Amino acid sequence: MSAEPASPERKGWFARLRDGLAKSSRRLADGITSLFVKRRLDAATLEELEDLLITADLGVETAAKLTANLAREKFDKEVTGDEVRAAFAADIAAILAPVAVPLEPREIANKPFVVLMVGVNGSGKTTTIGKLARQWTDAGKSVVLAAGDTFRAAAVEQLRVWGERSGCPVIEKPHGADAAALAFDALVEARERKADVLIIDTAGRLQNKAGLMEELAKVIRVLKKQDPEAPHATVLVLDGTVGQNAHAQVKTFREMVNVTGLIVTKLDGSARGGIVVALAQSQGLPVHAVGVGEGIDDLHPFEPDAFARSLMGIEG
Amino acid sequence: MFEGLSERLGSVFDRLRKRGALSEADVTAAMREVRVALLEADVALPVVKTFVDRVRERAIGREVLRSVTPGQMVVKIVHDELVDMLGSDSQAINLNAPAPVPILMVGLQGGGKTTTTAKIAKRLRERDRKKVLMASLDVTRPAAREQLRILGEQVGVATLPIINGETPAAIAKRAMTAGRLQGYDVVILDTAGRTSIDEGLMAEVRAVRDAVNPHEVLLVADALTGQDAVTTATNFHERVGITGIVLTRVDGDSRGGAALSMRGVTGMPIKMLGVGEKVDDIEDFHPERLAGRILGMGDVVSLVEKAAETIDAEEAQKTAERMMRGSFTLDDMAAQLKQVRKLGGLGGIMGMLPGVGKLQKQMAGANVDDKMLKRQEAVISSMTREERRNPKILNASRRKRIAAGSGTQVQDVNRVLKQHQDMARMMKQVGKMGGKGALAGLFGGGGGMPAPPQGGGMGGGLPPMPGGGMPGLGGGGMRLPGLGGLPPGFPGKRK
Ligand SMILES: Nc1nc2c(ncn2[C@@H]2O[C@H](COP(=O)(O)OP(=O)(O)OP(=O)(O)O)[C@@H](O)[C@H]2O)c(=O)[nH]1
Ligand SMILES: Nc1nc2c(ncn2[C@@H]2O[C@H](COP(=O)(O)OP(=O)(O)OP(=O)(O)O)[C@@H](O)[C@H]2O)c(=O)[nH]1
Ligand SMILES: [Mg+2]
Ligand SMILES: [Mg+2]
Repeated sequence: MSAEPASPERKGWFARLRDGLAKSSRRLADGITSLFVKRRLDAATLEELEDLLITADLGVETAAKLTANLAREKFDKEVTGDEVRAAFAADIAAILAPVAVPLEPREIANKPFVVLMVGVNGSGKTTTIGKLARQWTDAGKSVVLAAGDTFRAAAVEQLRVWGERSGCPVIEKPHGADAAALAFDALVEARERKADVLIIDTAGRLQNKAGLMEELAKVIRVLKKQDPEAPHATVLVLDGTVGQNAHAQVKTFREMVNVTGLIVTKLDGSARGGIVVALAQSQGLPVHAVGVGEGIDDLHPFEPDAFARSLMGIEG
Repeated sequence: MFEGLSERLGSVFDRLRKRGALSEADVTAAMREVRVALLEADVALPVVKTFVDRVRERAIGREVLRSVTPGQMVVKIVHDELVDMLGSDSQAINLNAPAPVPILMVGLQGGGKTTTTAKIAKRLRERDRKKVLMASLDVTRPAAREQLRILGEQVGVATLPIINGETPAAIAKRAMTAGRLQGYDVVILDTAGRTSIDEGLMAEVRAVRDAVNPHEVLLVADALTGQDAVTTATNFHERVGITGIVLTRVDGDSRGGAALSMRGVTGMPIKMLGVGEKVDDIEDFHPERLAGRILGMGDVVSLVEKAAETIDAEEAQKTAERMMRGSFTLDDMAAQLKQVRKLGGLGGIMGMLPGVGKLQKQMAGANVDDKMLKRQEAVISSMTREERRNPKILNASRRKRIAAGSGTQVQDVNRVLKQHQDMARMMKQVGKMGGKGALAGLFGGGGGMPAPPQGGGMGGGLPPMPGGGMPGLGGGGMRLPGLGGLPPGFPGKRK
């Protein structure tokens, strides 16, 4: 069954790697506590701390900055693991605090409040729409969904299920229809229905595909023909497992479609989403919410303290 | 956005002029850069550490070849080790088992399992003439089974009829029975996405495995993944046991270090690459290409192939001939701009070229981007046919009209015209100098690989780049179609 390479040398290499990994995950499991039982904060320890941040996807630069901050305050002092973790968490929470801004559809004269969901393939756009629809209908708003992913197989059917679950009508066109035309019609219909909110789903697209990004820009142009203020929010849905490519995603989507905020999904998995910290520093975009599961209620507000503590492995 | 390894090492070794063996100090300095480059490429830290240790051992004391710089020598060693670790052999999906051969697809949510299932099925049907059955065991995600059914119709592969209320293991058994009774060669089982720490769902997929004893268990994973790749791959390997990895979204612009992480911790081969949303967008895995990409050294092979596919050879020849006669029209220029876009925009092309890090920065500095290309295209398409043929008639009022029509400024129109003139002049020169061959090269024929600008490139010490031309990019000094040669003749700064 397995294709384990047979050469002894190769084996040695994998074996070594596994040892290394076991060591490092043990270290992770023990958290930073194992690094200090009240010991002097020296260069080697700082490096290990920096490594911990890197393994949470904060990125080399951000990890280095945070570690340098800590070093300035505590270098050569006797510190415990708890102190260090708390200090780190506080620093991170301070970075995140300004970007923790919930997404609340405003009451506007020219209804509906239009929310456009964008992002790379499979990041969680459609699911997040279902979750938002539930939250906003629970808050007493009338919500209409638009099945703007006219490309992917069964994308419309998928959104239809979320429409049923959240009790919201879904506006659709046949597979292969023009996404911009669908968006236009959906806005007309949502308006006729006097809906408070219209959430438009879009097909996943990688930010380096110029043609697909242009298609998205066209959706917006077409919406603006009816309402120059629309879309009132353009939310980029980021997969929580994403690495450094998130920088390029945010940058390009922002340039092309003027993203107004982020939602980070799949934080119920093993990924810790540390890229959010780096993004908060480099882009400063609001982070509206986090996805923590596949259920309709699994969308939580973004809480900087809790997020920072979980990054640092602090319980509770 | 991130510096490639060659640039990083360039700065470390710029100071070093001496020849001879790589000293321990040299190598240690270099390894710091290697570490950062790999981390920025999303290779997971534990894998980076082991890798760097290994490369260090290999590199200390190695003679620097006469023709290369110490930096290039280190890049070569790193590259070779990377290729070695990624698997110097590309391994196909193994069907060496009694029919129907069960293949199980597993992975995180949204990684691309269902799409990849259809892609592989299509390949097996068309290339290997296999009779394939697909079954979705995804009873979790809304419309998941419907998605596979539709994809099955698209690729002409049968899917197991949907019955509600069955467990995944029961569906899997039913699929195998159908496979046996109806004479299928292969049964591909698509599963629901699951996080690797969800014990319940991991037990569910183990139950499926035990029910059908799959010959291949393929972990489908996203090339955009960060450090989590090690955790996910380790967990799936330990708890389910995988036999190979399919990396998806390789058509993105991530460095793809996750591949190295997963290969590193599981030892399992990367078998296929997903390179797009469409059902034909699947490729065999080539370790050298991915190694180059992780190191930020560009992927010339891919560029050449892509360019060859995209550019219509006959059309190119015609254009070349027309230009030989000295007529390079605005229509020709528009066609070139379009080609650049088809190749994935400037960023796409740049990302695939070796040693372009510096150039990319210059471009960023000069504010040259895909938006500019688009603006130029818009300007040209707002002209009348007569104007395109004979730009001389473009007086001030016509230029104003064109600017308004294309949503640009008169300055933009002027700039396009100026650029067109420069290009036409250049074409004539090239025509004179290199004759038809060179011009054809510029548009898809032969033509040599351009030297990377400003010595930022990889020189002799690197694994051989493919011979032959760089269609659409040949000619001297890295000339991008539609840009009148880069960097010479490069359009000026733009606000
Ligand atoms: N565990 C977990 N899974 C999630 C979360 N959000 C979405 N998913 C799952 O991720 C997968 C992809 O979600 P979709 O909502 O289809 O993603 P999308 O961005 O609409 O995908 P495309 O339209 O194909 O680009 C599905 O299996 C979802 O159930 C989350 O917060 N946690
Ligand atoms: N650009 C690109 N998109 C891909 C690739 N493979 C899959 N996709 C897209 O990624 C999204 C998710 O793909 P799916 O096949 O539904 O993923 P999945 O793993 O089955 O998702 P779940 O069943 O929800 O876990 C879809 O939008 C696909 O079109 C690829 O190689 N490149
Ligand atoms: Mg979707
Ligand atoms: Mg699926």
